Amino acid sequence: MKTSRFDRRAFLAKTGKAGVAMTAATAGALLLFDSQPPRPGLVRKTVTGLPDYSVGYDAGNTLSIVYGRDRKKTVNAALKLLGGIERFIKPGETVAIKPNVAFATPAALGATTNDELVAEVVRLCYRRGRAKKVIILDNPINDPASCFALSGVGRAAESAGAEIIMPREDLFADMTLAGGTLIRSWPVFLEPLLQVDKLIGIAPIKHHSRSGASMTMKNWYGLLGGRRNLFHQDINTIISELARMVTPTFVILDGTDVMMTNGPTGGSISDLRPTDTMIVSCDQVAADAFGASLLDLQIRELPYLSLAEQAGLGTSDYMRLQPLRASI
Amino acid sequence: MRIVQTRRISQVFFFCLFVWFCLVSTLGDRFFQIRGWPVNWFFQLDPLVALGTVLTTHSLYSWLFWALATILLTILFGRFFCGWVCPFGTLHHCAGYFAHRRQKASEKIRANAGHPLQRLKYIFLLVFLGAALVPSENGLLLIGLLDPITLVSRSFNLFLVPAADTFFHITSVKERMYQGGGLIFLVFWAAILANLIRPRLYCRFICPLGALLGLVSRLAVWRIGKTQEQCSDCKRCERFCEGGCAPSTGIRTSECVLCCNCLDPCPEQIITYQALADPAGADIQANISRRGFALSLVSGFLVVPAFRLENRSGRNWDTGIIRPPGALVEEEFLQRCIKCGQCIRICPTNVLQPAGLEHGLEALWSPVFNNRIGSSGCQLNCTACSQICPTAAIRPISLNEKLGREEFAGQGPVKIGTAFLERGRCLPWAMDKPCIVCEENCPLSPKAIFTRRVFVTIRNGRLQVKNIEADRINIAGATLEPGAYGSGDYYCLLGEERYKIRAGGSDYFMLARAVVPQDADLSVLEIQVRLQRPYVDIEKCTGCGICEHECPVNGRKAIRISAEGETRNPKRALLLKRS
Repeated sequence: MKTSRFDRRAFLAKTGKAGVAMTAATAGALLLFDSQPPRPGLVRKTVTGLPDYSVGYDAGNTLSIVYGRDRKKTVNAALKLLGGIERFIKPGETVAIKPNVAFATPAALGATTNDELVAEVVRLCYRRGRAKKVIILDNPINDPASCFALSGVGRAAESAGAEIIMPREDLFADMTLAGGTLIRSWPVFLEPLLQVDKLIGIAPIKHHSRSGASMTMKNWYGLLGGRRNLFHQDINTIISELARMVTPTFVILDGTDVMMTNGPTGGSISDLRPTDTMIVSCDQVAADAFGASLLDLQIRELPYLSLAEQAGLGTSDYMRLQPLRASI
Repeated sequence: MRIVQTRRISQVFFFCLFVWFCLVSTLGDRFFQIRGWPVNWFFQLDPLVALGTVLTTHSLYSWLFWALATILLTILFGRFFCGWVCPFGTLHHCAGYFAHRRQKASEKIRANAGHPLQRLKYIFLLVFLGAALVPSENGLLLIGLLDPITLVSRSFNLFLVPAADTFFHITSVKERMYQGGGLIFLVFWAAILANLIRPRLYCRFICPLGALLGLVSRLAVWRIGKTQEQCSDCKRCERFCEGGCAPSTGIRTSECVLCCNCLDPCPEQIITYQALADPAGADIQANISRRGFALSLVSGFLVVPAFRLENRSGRNWDTGIIRPPGALVEEEFLQRCIKCGQCIRICPTNVLQPAGLEHGLEALWSPVFNNRIGSSGCQLNCTACSQICPTAAIRPISLNEKLGREEFAGQGPVKIGTAFLERGRCLPWAMDKPCIVCEENCPLSPKAIFTRRVFVTIRNGRLQVKNIEADRINIAGATLEPGAYGSGDYYCLLGEERYKIRAGGSDYFMLARAVVPQDADLSVLEIQVRLQRPYVDIEKCTGCGICEHECPVNGRKAIRISAEGETRNPKRALLLKRS
């Protein structure tokens, strides 16, 4: 019969192991020790605003209005009046373009930014502006992939050499906008925008029951994430805050066709009216103020214009900017 | 090359093809998206899908004709489909191999011996067929619950692929969500884990397709068997026998999945694939008795009244079952739907969901809408689910038919339900808050949601006027939140005139225009909010659910789709039809 005997070697090995285990457990506990209770809610890092993407502008080189049917020609002419895209984009820069691709509808229905217009601006950025890279981003209302596919913006922009950035959740970050009252700890499609040098907004002109009109300022709604529909309770404030959040290089307001009724979704050609106008502006408030006239609206019928103006984000008195005009 | 090597290549090929089809079932025109990939091919090859739908609908729909190829080849060669093609079979084959890899030869032989309960699968098959056989258009199609092709494809498409894609974002920008995906996975995982008990437990004991092919394989011209009755009874042939079909004592051909693992190990080389009968026992079949056969069929018959008594298709119909556009009338839909999940997988917005048990066992895993899930409701310009459905439970419809355009202008759009507004939850209706997100997002032209404008005096909105200076009104003694009413939505009702408030401080308002002199009493004003209250035009609404998806009341939505008014069943119309 085998009896247990004290074995020094075995005992040392055993105590050695026990010591290591005890040290490891203590070290782990110390490492994880936290004397504070958790803070309430989901606390994430938050930024207070976007970079200023604008270049300098004065009366006389801020706003151009070109009349014509062919978007390629009118946008080229309108940019030329302001000094060409070279004025805005320096060689080697990266450019973000924010079209309005909110809905999964064909381009012809005018509920989304025209695909050929986006492609032409991408080409201009590369050829004239000698941009290094152009990205396109939007967080649409309908299914993102379907919106980019059906509106034609996805294919048109890609064939012009731009990269489409889909609204993946990891590209959003929380923002608490300095001076804002509504954009507080709110997810914004930020990550791609923090990587670029310039930002261009391209929007159609659409009727919108709640706010009166959806144009370049309202277009930034597509940078918001989360339950952004809540902001409809105070639509004018949120639109003016979006204009505060984004200081673009310039905006393009496409008034070739204007959605007069049933906006912002449209759905029928009969909702559109041809107005043959292309607006390029460094001042988004001025662009939208001019756009209102194409919808037969008075500036005072769009309270967000005066809210933005009061906040010093631009002027709704666009005539003061001495708009440059041409016809094609 | 040895025959088992060829079999392995075949299994790997078909399994990869299956996984590829799962991956490319994504709407789009890239090579890794749907394009023209024949993603329904495995369902079409599946004779149980064909037979089931033939019994319930009395027709062999379109490409389900492929099943004939499987049947013909089975009549010639036996259950090659189970051992060489079936992707679920391949999974079990691998799982069973690894589960029993370290066992001793004798244990393997025991695990692979035939078991009397292998006849269970015939009972499952007969119950399903019995339910489908019930005449006078009452037949029920339940095969999809256990059919291996639908089971494995549901498990991949509604669980494994979306779970894996969380990391890759290949099939979708936003993570795909599937209600009840856990139950789908549980069934799948239980079937895989069952290999720990016996290799291919699912194939041997449960699979109704295996049972069907087993019955057909009784006719097989070529089959595995011994060339002479006497042998050393070493049982090496049964060590890796996939079917549990006892090749050593006289093979049960209907259980044999043609894995061919018995051919090479035989030291006497007397097992072969031949056109002759096995002299050892003349093909003992895994029989079920005549009584068992009859009982199984009768049980299947009885399933039907058991379901029908719930009266789900009668007056007690389920308004929560919102079917995709193109879906047949519910009874006919259920006679075709095999619960394969293809429509749910292809849906670009992820709004189509597998039905849970709350809609009845009959409808389990069939496609229903849940507008709270996904990137938007049913997309206007999309008919993907109707195009992919392998059995036409969702009839293939064109965009023109869905939208009621051109040649379909006379019949109007396909409605899948109707939006109902719950005024007690709606912000402008119940809470004096402007909103109308539902109106904004209604994709129709003209919109099915319209608004009526009202001005409502807000709570505690009556204030004493101190004095009036043109467009400025000073308030007596009030401390207002500065700027609270300056957002463009608020008005001052002063006498009989209403003025928009453009800015405000703690005790004054700035109006959009100067106050006009009136005879009325101007010592009191009312702060009013301008509200646009939504209404649904049920003649226009198609039930797409985009309004429900977007409604900011994000718990129980204030506007919700109910199946009333769906066009697939004229008996559920809400409106008088005039012609």
